[in-house]
Amino acid sequence: MSEQLGDTGIPAGVPAVPGGVDHPRVGVDEWVASHEGRREAQKGVTGALYRAWDRIPAWGHLVILLGPFAIFPFVANEGNLFRYGLITILYALLAMGLNVVVGFAGLLDLGYVAFFGFGAYLYGIMASGHSGHHLQAEIAIPIATVVTALVGLLLGLTSWRLLGDYLAIVTLFFLQAFVIFVNNANGGPSDFSYPFVGKVDITGGANGLDQIDPFNLFGYHISTTKQYYFFTLISLAAVMILLYFVNESRTGRAWRALREDPLAAEVMSVPVNRLKLLAFMFGAAIAGYTGTIYGAVQSGAFPGDYDVGLLITIYAIVILGGLGSIGGVVIGALVVNGAPELLRSSENARFLFYGVLLLALFVALRPWYRPVIVLLGTIAFGFVVHAIVGAAWSRGTAGHIDGGGKVGRALEHWVLLPTHVNRIAGWAYFALICAALVLTLIHGWWRTLALIPTLYLVAFVWENELVQQVSGATRLILLGALLVVIMNVRPAGIFGTSRVEIV
Amino acid sequence: MALILSSVHLVTGLPLAIDWSLFFAELVNGLTLGSIYALIALGYTMVYGILKLLNFAHGDVYMVGAFIGFFVLQWLGGPLTPAVTGWLAVSIMFAVAMVGCGFLGVGIERFAYRPLRNAPRIAPLISALGVSIFLQNSALLLWGPEFRDYDTFDLIGIKTYNIGANFFISNVQILTIAASIGLMLLLALLVSRTRAGKAMRATSFDREAAEMMGISVDRVVSFTFFVGSALAAAGGVMFGIVFGQIFSLMGFFAGLKGFTAAVVGGIGSIPGAMLGGLLIGLTESFATGYLPGGATYANLYVFALLIAMFLIRPSGLLGSPAIQKV
Repeated sequence: MSEQLGDTGIPAGVPAVPGGVDHPRVGVDEWVASHEGRREAQKGVTGALYRAWDRIPAWGHLVILLGPFAIFPFVANEGNLFRYGLITILYALLAMGLNVVVGFAGLLDLGYVAFFGFGAYLYGIMASGHSGHHLQAEIAIPIATVVTALVGLLLGLTSWRLLGDYLAIVTLFFLQAFVIFVNNANGGPSDFSYPFVGKVDITGGANGLDQIDPFNLFGYHISTTKQYYFFTLISLAAVMILLYFVNESRTGRAWRALREDPLAAEVMSVPVNRLKLLAFMFGAAIAGYTGTIYGAVQSGAFPGDYDVGLLITIYAIVILGGLGSIGGVVIGALVVNGAPELLRSSENARFLFYGVLLLALFVALRPWYRPVIVLLGTIAFGFVVHAIVGAAWSRGTAGHIDGGGKVGRALEHWVLLPTHVNRIAGWAYFALICAALVLTLIHGWWRTLALIPTLYLVAFVWENELVQQVSGATRLILLGALLVVIMNVRPAGIFGTSRVEIV
Repeated sequence: MALILSSVHLVTGLPLAIDWSLFFAELVNGLTLGSIYALIALGYTMVYGILKLLNFAHGDVYMVGAFIGFFVLQWLGGPLTPAVTGWLAVSIMFAVAMVGCGFLGVGIERFAYRPLRNAPRIAPLISALGVSIFLQNSALLLWGPEFRDYDTFDLIGIKTYNIGANFFISNVQILTIAASIGLMLLLALLVSRTRAGKAMRATSFDREAAEMMGISVDRVVSFTFFVGSALAAAGGVMFGIVFGQIFSLMGFFAGLKGFTAAVVGGIGSIPGAMLGGLLIGLTESFATGYLPGGATYANLYVFALLIAMFLIRPSGLLGSPAIQKV
């Protein structure tokens, strides 16, 4: 096919699209017909990678994606790194379930994290020193999973007569209700007094449900991080294989039809409501199952773990990986969970931040000399501004970067670091948002030139404001901005295939 | 009867005799809260009516409005030594917050929603979620997690009136209820009597047909976002004045309840949003006062109301059933 399509992969006679090759062209049949072929015919390294990836059979994808994780424990000895690997797999597993709900069936479930919490708390109630029951894990895990799925079913029922959007807000409210409940259901003075039984300590309140038992599966005890790592990895592989077959099945096709156009699907006699509930239950079950593992790993369930921050993280994983792409989720988990781990120390965060910025610059700007001009321009601009401000207003350059290493010391001569920076940094942050928005409105060389002061502003805001809270607010700000940008630039996600719209 | 009452008392812990003074206090409190929720709900319902989009960031616009009001008050010299008289200061706070948030809303629409107007349905929702998280955490970063105090007590002097039989109501509560009713009347006039309102109604009825009739849909949508966000900002400033304290995470729950109010009243219906808002406010207030565990779980009762509404009458109190056209 690629020979007929020529270099750009677009058949002759179809006018070129300004600004990109992958925009859906509404109503152009040839464009639709050649959709797959165009992906094959993508130029350069990315195209070659895509083609190579597509040639590998599905089991090969599994080996490539999970193989490194299986080898990882034999290479890494460091405890922290190991735990990070475990959390990454857990997040990937959790995101698999969300991928079913959002990616396969196109339902926006914003209470997903509550099901994760349900799993952890249910397991904790059935097997912990806190509750006093010690059920075997092989009984407790299936019970927790099934009960969570049923809760998902009940919640999904409320919105099945309605438009999909209502589901989003009902589930978001449900998540908040769940958090309020587990925060307070400790039988304390402000708690419910239940009919007939009075006050009961169910969740341990704000202190959490502690002393959760480690897994005891058919007499095998799972207790070390390494054992949990392999247990979770095997679960992830099993879920991925399951999802692969579900996705290829009749149900999977029906879900896709539902996602693309619920109305058309219904007209084609697809049982829309039942499929929605099925997807919802599927997701809830996977979340509940992951929750039991998480509860056992943490040996406790704490209300603060199941908040909107985690929700956004999981959404970012699924969206970055590409909605509906099973393999993409693993990559998404690696990227999204890797970033905060590196962001722990501000020096690493600085490397990561500038590295990503440089990479983005060189990927987004073509031809090659534009990013070079911008980069050199920004560096020169910085020294000029630094010199002028240093001469006119000595407080403007008097600050220091704490613990920045060599890069930090070099930056001190380039970026403005005023003392008592709070108010200035606030305005700079505001200015940066405005500048970024203006950049989206201008084109060509104007944009390239406007990038120079904007980048300097980015560095200024980063060094003076964002770097203070890298693992808290900054992380969520970046994830929030990422969601908006990805939705605007590439709604299918980085590793997903873009959809075709025919009108 | 006595038997029923005492068994209800035993099971739920409800009081045996009704304290009418407390009842009235909860009623006034509920109406005050409810009129703030109604202002938030109006923004949701207007945007949903026109774009069929849930604007998750709306609650955070409300929070930004409350903070703008706070900073204007600081800029005017603070509540103890204001540069102008108290009521003028309050008016300036309202005006600046409403205009500022109006432009914020227009900006959000222009950059986060407009490019996605013809994208799959889920894309603008995720984008909206991103905007919400972005605004919330920007506020957390810039203004910190701590409570800020409006100190309206010093600014305008809160007076409490006894209107007979120990029924108390304060001047700020009267102000809030009256001002929100005034704003809603203005909005009703705007939608029903002006050219812009006519364009809004036409766009909401059928966007494509409206566009063909020469209505600039982009401009109508921008205008809608401006009005909706300004109303939310007014709600934010009112919250600051009545309840004193604002914080950077206040928008989240307020947004959820504003949306609940819009749904309960019937999404897309402007009188419905007002009615729903009052109902949510009263539910929250009476749940706090009377229902078991109410002080902690008032939000759970509001959630239960939302679920009940979905099960009994999904189109809302004043809404028309959603019919999808092909």
